[in-house]
Amino acid sequence: MGNDLNKKLAERLKGLRLNREIRIMEVCGTHTTEFFRTGVKDLFPRNLILVDGPGCPVCVTPNEYLDRAIEIGKQYRPIIATFGDMIKVPSSTSSLVKEKAKGMDIRIVYSPMNALEFAEANPGAEVMFLSVGFETTAPAEAATVLEAKRRNIKNFSILPGNKLTPPAVEALLVAGEVKIDGFILPGHVSAVIGTVAWRFISGRYGKPCVVAGFDASDLMMGMLTLVDLIQKNKNITVNQYSRVVREEGNRTAVELLYQVFTASDSRWRGIGVIPGSGLAIRNEYADFDAAQKFPVTPPAPEEAKGCRCGELLRGLITPPQCGLYGKACTPEEPVGPCMVSMEGPCAAYYKYWSGR
Amino acid sequence: MTKKILPGHGSGGKLMNEMIDTIIRKRFGADNVQLDDSAVLSMAGVRFAFTTDTFTITPFFFPGGDIGTLAVNGTVNDLSVMGAKPLFISCALVLEEGFDFADLEKILDSMKSEADKADVRIVTGDTKVVPNGAADKIFINTSGIGIIERSIQRREIKPGDRIIVSGTIGDHGMAVMAIRNNLSFSGGLTSDCAHLNHMIRAVIERFPESIRFMRDPTRGGVASVLNEIVKGKKISVKLNEDALPVRDEVKGVCDILGIDPLYAANEGKVVIITRPDDAEDIVNILKSTAEGREAAVIGEINEEFPGKAYIETAVGGRRILPLLTEEQLPRIC
Repeated sequence: MGNDLNKKLAERLKGLRLNREIRIMEVCGTHTTEFFRTGVKDLFPRNLILVDGPGCPVCVTPNEYLDRAIEIGKQYRPIIATFGDMIKVPSSTSSLVKEKAKGMDIRIVYSPMNALEFAEANPGAEVMFLSVGFETTAPAEAATVLEAKRRNIKNFSILPGNKLTPPAVEALLVAGEVKIDGFILPGHVSAVIGTVAWRFISGRYGKPCVVAGFDASDLMMGMLTLVDLIQKNKNITVNQYSRVVREEGNRTAVELLYQVFTASDSRWRGIGVIPGSGLAIRNEYADFDAAQKFPVTPPAPEEAKGCRCGELLRGLITPPQCGLYGKACTPEEPVGPCMVSMEGPCAAYYKYWSGR
Repeated sequence: MTKKILPGHGSGGKLMNEMIDTIIRKRFGADNVQLDDSAVLSMAGVRFAFTTDTFTITPFFFPGGDIGTLAVNGTVNDLSVMGAKPLFISCALVLEEGFDFADLEKILDSMKSEADKADVRIVTGDTKVVPNGAADKIFINTSGIGIIERSIQRREIKPGDRIIVSGTIGDHGMAVMAIRNNLSFSGGLTSDCAHLNHMIRAVIERFPESIRFMRDPTRGGVASVLNEIVKGKKISVKLNEDALPVRDEVKGVCDILGIDPLYAANEGKVVIITRPDDAEDIVNILKSTAEGREAAVIGEINEEFPGKAYIETAVGGRRILPLLTEEQLPRIC
């Protein structure tokens, strides 16, 4: 059944005839990789262009965040707990994996709760969790802080680096540097914040949007629907992932998130400071804020020479257009974060598209 | 900055290969050090295979085996894929001060039991104890020797040849990763750790001339093995996503962690490249053995993307399967 549907969708996608170039931004990093991984991108007609958006949490985290984490590691020597894809990201002058080789205690965890449990089991050690991620991970991070407070675990803190996606998309639209005809919106993020959080794109900026899931049929249906909306000039937002995403989202998760965090201005790599796009820890939970618990003044951040991750994250270039791509910047020796994270556009191109 | 060893230097990917070429073989002599799973040597007119492997794994007991079963089976398999009949293996233990005797005995019992089943004898060994913190509980090195009655390696691989895998992929890697990450939903994941010498022998005896290549896809998985065989050549590997045997549990955990099962470790599987006409018969022989019940033809050799391995997905799109630099790590969301 599923296979028959997929074959039909694949035929329709391959058979699309566009009378002009259509440019679609996929906001989510998981979509970036899934378009490659499922082979769906290989089915696009030549003038259907996918523009990678700022949807990889590791990629948009600015150098100053990692600089601060490493400086805290050096001065206060906490155990640093982090998601796996952060450890190879270059900071201004180092990276977590390089610091680990020099002796910094860095542990990879699968969830913030793992880090909390580790702190509880090791009361003699300080555990700092690197809280990076979008609306999908922030509720879990908030829940962990609440749990730490409930269990009165004092040797646990998080370094807040979470970000909200709609303000970043709006910033790109306001800047107007990149031509985009429509958006494939993130399925997981939308499950939390709801379709309602994205209505401004079609409403205020007149761009059609489709909320899509992640398997091959989701991606193909999403693209076909969006192309159809664009061609018919229908500026609406369609939820094609309704088996997971509701109009109002997951109110419980959102309430949990704002119980611990509050929206704040936040710096995005390549885009700059976007008002209201970050999450800061509320005063009541300041004891769990590693930035306050471990005050440091990291050296002024430096950007790697020649790295065009910033332009890439604004949708202005594709990875192969960067002079470092595949030469000075590879997954072994990444210069920019977009080559590190498995959701980074450069890593996705390098991994799935090299030699094509 | 002084260069330091990173985890990637031991992961079976690009970083490790570079280190072997530029640091190790350069010193020991590229002519001496063979890069296959075992060195093939001759002495007094007898051809034999010789191999060594060191095992370290956290946790050292896992569903489907332990570090002892791995240490025996890994070395037995490295000999078997060269066409050798494994005969003798060694057992060298590095133990951390404070290691439990009960655990050690359990691990040694596993080694003895696997060795008996594989018809090999553990004939020599060594023990060292290092201070607390100087090792991660237990490291085991096994070396092995096997007699080569029929050589099967180093035959030219040609367009049209078929690629076979002897069963489901990624079982060991995902079982271990699930435990390491405390995934509560990982029930049912079991390592495929097994000795393959009897299964491989059954194939070689029937089809001594058809097999062009054979390897056990451990670290780095099936994709890494296939990349190595086409690297720098005019041929490419094409896999069919629909044909890949992957357990539902493995697929589930892979999806959640963002891992491709083609790169996850196997400890009881073999990849065979064969002449096309015998592929189905070889699969049938594999299927008749306990270890090869889910064997399948998963792809073929062609000339579409020289030097690359690629996969045709279920929807008919293609993507490259690159040589990864290191182990895949679980993702954020």
